[in-house]
Amino acid sequence: MEAAAGGGCGSGPPLLLSEGEQQCYSELFARCAGAAGGGPGSGPPEAARTVPGTVTAAAGPVADLFRASQLPAETLHQITELCGAKRVGYFGPTQFYIALKLIAAAQSGLPVRIESIKCELPLPRFMMSKTDAEIRFGNPAELHGTKVQIPYLITEKNTFKRMDDEDKQETQSPTMSPLASPPSSPPHYQRVPLSHGYSKLRSSTEQMHPAPYEARQPLVQPEGPSSGAPGAKPPRHKASLIRSFSVEREPHDNSSNYPDEPWRITEEQREYYVNQFRSLQPDPSSFISGSVAKNFFTKSKLSIPELSYIWELSDADCDGALTLPEFCAAFHLIVARKNGYPLPEGLPPTLQPEYLQAAFPKPKRECTLFDSYSESMPANQQPRDLNRMEKLSIKDTADFPVPTQDVTSDDKQEQNKTRLALKSTADEALPKDMSEDPATSKDSNSLKARPRSRSYSSTSIEEAMKRGEDPPTPPPRPQKTHSRASSLDLNKVFQPSVPATKSGLLPPPPALPPRPCPSQISHHNVNSERSAHPKPPTQLPNYGDFRLQKQDIPHSQPPSKPIRRKFRPENSATESQEPPSTVGPVSAASGKPHAAVQKQSSKQKKAIQTAIRKNKEANAVLARLNSELQQQLKEVHQERIALENQLEQLRPVTVL
Amino acid sequence: MAVCVAVIAKENYPLYIRSIPTENELKFHYMVHTSLDVVDEKISAMGKALVDQRELYLGLLYPTEDYKVYPSHQLCRYGYVTNSKVKFVMVVDSSNTALRDNEIRSMFRKLHNSYTDVMCNPFYNPGDRIHSRAFDSMVTSMMIQVC
Repeated sequence: MEAAAGGGCGSGPPLLLSEGEQQCYSELFARCAGAAGGGPGSGPPEAARTVPGTVTAAAGPVADLFRASQLPAETLHQITELCGAKRVGYFGPTQFYIALKLIAAAQSGLPVRIESIKCELPLPRFMMSKTDAEIRFGNPAELHGTKVQIPYLITEKNTFKRMDDEDKQETQSPTMSPLASPPSSPPHYQRVPLSHGYSKLRSSTEQMHPAPYEARQPLVQPEGPSSGAPGAKPPRHKASLIRSFSVEREPHDNSSNYPDEPWRITEEQREYYVNQFRSLQPDPSSFISGSVAKNFFTKSKLSIPELSYIWELSDADCDGALTLPEFCAAFHLIVARKNGYPLPEGLPPTLQPEYLQAAFPKPKRECTLFDSYSESMPANQQPRDLNRMEKLSIKDTADFPVPTQDVTSDDKQEQNKTRLALKSTADEALPKDMSEDPATSKDSNSLKARPRSRSYSSTSIEEAMKRGEDPPTPPPRPQKTHSRASSLDLNKVFQPSVPATKSGLLPPPPALPPRPCPSQISHHNVNSERSAHPKPPTQLPNYGDFRLQKQDIPHSQPPSKPIRRKFRPENSATESQEPPSTVGPVSAASGKPHAAVQKQSSKQKKAIQTAIRKNKEANAVLARLNSELQQQLKEVHQERIALENQLEQLRPVTVL
Repeated sequence: MAVCVAVIAKENYPLYIRSIPTENELKFHYMVHTSLDVVDEKISAMGKALVDQRELYLGLLYPTEDYKVYPSHQLCRYGYVTNSKVKFVMVVDSSNTALRDNEIRSMFRKLHNSYTDVMCNPFYNPGDRIHSRAFDSMVTSMMIQVC
């Protein structure tokens, strides 16, 4: 349907309007004209144009409308000039339509020129405020995922009908129910107190972009057919986004006036993205590798070409890895795409990494609060994603008393966290979230955290896992008991060694030369010498007694009977003294002193014997270990030689 | 300037091929295909030399020939091979401006950089056709510099 603009105003070229545009513009014109008290302007524009004065849109409402388009004032001036209204002095339908088209062009970023309106343009966007008497704009039936906004709930009853579609979907959607109050709700909805809005938003954003994206798909799909307008879904989902944007924007209008509200990241979303980032990569100042990010973003169920394009947009430095701002931008694009926004041609200015880093300065925060927040939040966000739970290494360890390694890493992370932004409203919502899921987080943490990785510096999770395994416990050393030399049994070894030392009959361990039993040597009256020589002393100091010894030997008790010896010192003493008649008097003379001495000596004997036994055991064990290791060394040598041989054989083949 | 740009994989199948004017595309495809033989010849001529020593830019592949349809145009084919045996072939129209060798080299360098950017994208599987919009726009800029 063409508007013959060339007829009257003489300035505009033939204007091509699509169905949607036609409808929209005519309605808008009707409003503006209706407000002026004129007749409805929904008739064919060309018919109306020819009669000046019949249908015009009053300047007042039109000006309001143009202001609502959020374009800067000079642009609006340009538009009014171009559309010819200034020249003819009023807004006829043609001028109005041209102006609307120009507004659309300006909002899409095209220069304000007549040529711009020749091409296909999305519908112009108008932000409505409560004070505005205008109706909300939006065309649920016509949307096909273009940038039409459904900014606010209406207050006017006359547009309730158009809201019906929205309402039906909204009431059906559980995620939106808290937000999408019916239009008859109190008009001050739009200035809902921030905390309420944010907490609701958080719950809705969480539900909107839950970690398991699959959950959303069934949610979206049943509502799609019910609404009958595929385009209506996106606005409903976008609505919460947009509400957050607009609510966010009003107080922060000092920042640059970007027309691309959907590409602006709110605090809520920012926090969510940061937490997701941290779940993949504990260090916020580091980056996520490509493969990790790929696995993560593939879960969003977007097609690979789209994900590829999103990556292209967001990875500004094209290094194959995502820093935190890049990650936020990518995530935001994915979220927007899932909500039906078409992907932009270029990275929007609000998603540029520099902008993101500048827009969210890093003030000092209470680190403890943030720590606990970050610990609970990831658990909160990913209740079902156990894989990611395993990666909450650093946060988990902060929950529990941990070795010093993690304490230092905590410090580091605290410093990192101070650099990230948090709003106080987020803090308010924190305790709520924390109280919601401390149990689950702690349980899962306790389940997963302990054995899991504690390293934080690695970029890949696998490396982190591997490195994390090392600190807890090194693998146990091979026991002193036999690993290879099964024939050697420690028990068997030192049992015979004891009797050998005692009796001297059995062959002693190879390390020790055969020598008489120290107990026998210490049996005699050389106290000081005995104490001075805990080891079996040489035979010299007791040379004199050696003859005694020799005679005592046949009478010596079998091994491990120092106790008996102790209890029968006198008996043995007397026994040993009687047969050796030659030394009888000597031994007899020394019998009694022996008796007195023997108690002490027996204790010392015992001590010495145990010491000796232990030392011999240790010796034996070490000797065996040595032999085993020697064996292993030989085997390793052989392997090495074999490998070198193989290498030699393969080497000439690989040369190109 | 560049009339046709092609990126050929190691196994000699095209990863990306685009030409202007869009008519007679087949002829350009054929030209690129025949150029591959020349490229392979130049690579193998290096013989046992290590890859590092081989220069990436191969230069003019074929003596300039007249283009039958547009008799005024003279088409030159240039080749460039990366270390991973991915080949870039460019057909330039030398009638408008006599392109210096340096300019061709810089064009290939840009191509190579864009190609590595495409590679950096984790969602790109090596061996797929290149659909990257950044790459497209870069090639477009090369193609319509003068036209």
